[in-house]
Amino acid sequence: MNTVPDQMFSNSHMDALKELGSMGTAHAATALSEMIQRKVTMPIPKVEWVKFANVTDFVGGPETVVLGIVVPLTGGIKGMMMYLMKLEAAHDVAASVLGVPHQGDPMEFSAMELSVIEELGNIMISSYLSPLAGLTNSKIESSIPYVSIDMANAILSVPAIEFGKSVDEVLFIESQIVIDDSSPSGCFIFVPHVESFTEVLKALGVE
Amino acid sequence: MYGKIISVGMADLKAVVAPDILSTLGLGSCVGIALYDPIKKIAGLSHAMLPDSTAIQNNSNKDKFVDTAIIKLIEEMEALGANRRNMVAKIAGGAQMFAFNATDDNLRVGDRNVEATKQALQNLRIPLKAEETGNKFGRTVELYAEDGRLIIKAIGQGVRVI
Repeated sequence: MNTVPDQMFSNSHMDALKELGSMGTAHAATALSEMIQRKVTMPIPKVEWVKFANVTDFVGGPETVVLGIVVPLTGGIKGMMMYLMKLEAAHDVAASVLGVPHQGDPMEFSAMELSVIEELGNIMISSYLSPLAGLTNSKIESSIPYVSIDMANAILSVPAIEFGKSVDEVLFIESQIVIDDSSPSGCFIFVPHVESFTEVLKALGVE
Repeated sequence: MYGKIISVGMADLKAVVAPDILSTLGLGSCVGIALYDPIKKIAGLSHAMLPDSTAIQNNSNKDKFVDTAIIKLIEEMEALGANRRNMVAKIAGGAQMFAFNATDDNLRVGDRNVEATKQALQNLRIPLKAEETGNKFGRTVELYAEDGRLIIKAIGQGVRVI
C-alpha cells in the first residue's frame, strides 16, 4: 500500500491509464458537442504523478479562480471525478445552452447558469465514466455533482487530501476539452482510490 | 522594512525570523497553523492536510498531518531560537469546499483538521489566540514574523487580519 508511486506503476500501466482518459474524454466531448451544438476536440491526455505543492500548475497557479464540479464515486470503482473550468469557459458553455451571453462580473453566476453548468458537468462526467464501467463490468455509482467556485488550490485540496491518505503525490489523469479550436475550456481529473487501481488496471488488460 | 516572503506549499511547513513573512496560498480543507513567539519574533506556518497520522498506514511525511506537523514546526522554531513557552497560535482554513453530505466523516475533513489542531495545541499548552476557520471558501494567509499578525484573503470575502 505504501509503495512509492514509480514502483507501483510501470510504463504500460501509465499508457493504459492514458488510454482510459482518451476513451472517457472522447465520450464526454461528444456529449458536450451535442448539448452546445459546437465543435469540441481533445488533445492527448496526460497521466502524471504530481507533488501536492504543484497540483495547480496546470490551471495557472494556486490562486487562479476556477469552477470545479466534483462527483464522489462509490460502488465498483471508488474515488473522485472532477471537471475544472476557467470562469470564462464556464460562462461560454452556459451561454451556448441558454442563448444569452453572461453580463457583468465573471465571478458571478446566476442560478440558471449554475444549474446549466452543473447539469453539463454531470452529463460529461457520466459519459467519461461509461467506458470504464463497461470494461470493469461493475457499476460505478456516482453521486450528484457538487460545484465550487474558488482558488484552484482550495478546490484541488479535496482530491489531494483524498489521495494524501496513501501517498505523497497525486496521480492525475488529466484530459482537456477544447471548444471551437480555441484555448482549453476545461479538464477532467480522475482520482481513483489507491485500492481501486488494481480493478481499473485489470479492466484495461494490464496487471 | 519587510523581509522576504517565504512560500509554504501543501503538506509543507517553514519557520522564519523577523522581518520575514510566511505565506500559503489557497487553503481549502487543509488547515494553516500559525505559531508565533512574540519575544523572539520567530514565526512558523504549517499547511497540514490530514488530522491524524496514527490513523494512516503511510505516515512518514510529518508535514502532512496536523499532529506530527505541529511538533516538527515547534522544533524548527526552537532551532531558530524560539521558546515554546512563549508561543501563541492562530489558525485558518478547514473549509468544506463542496457541500457534500456532512455526515460522512471522510468528506468533512476540514472540520476534523480544525478539531485536531485545537486538541494538539491544548495538549502542548499553546494558547489559541484567534481563528478564521470552517465555512466553504478557500483562504490565502500571510504570517508576519515582525508582529505575529495573520492576514487572511478569501475570494469575495475581502481581507481580514487576526
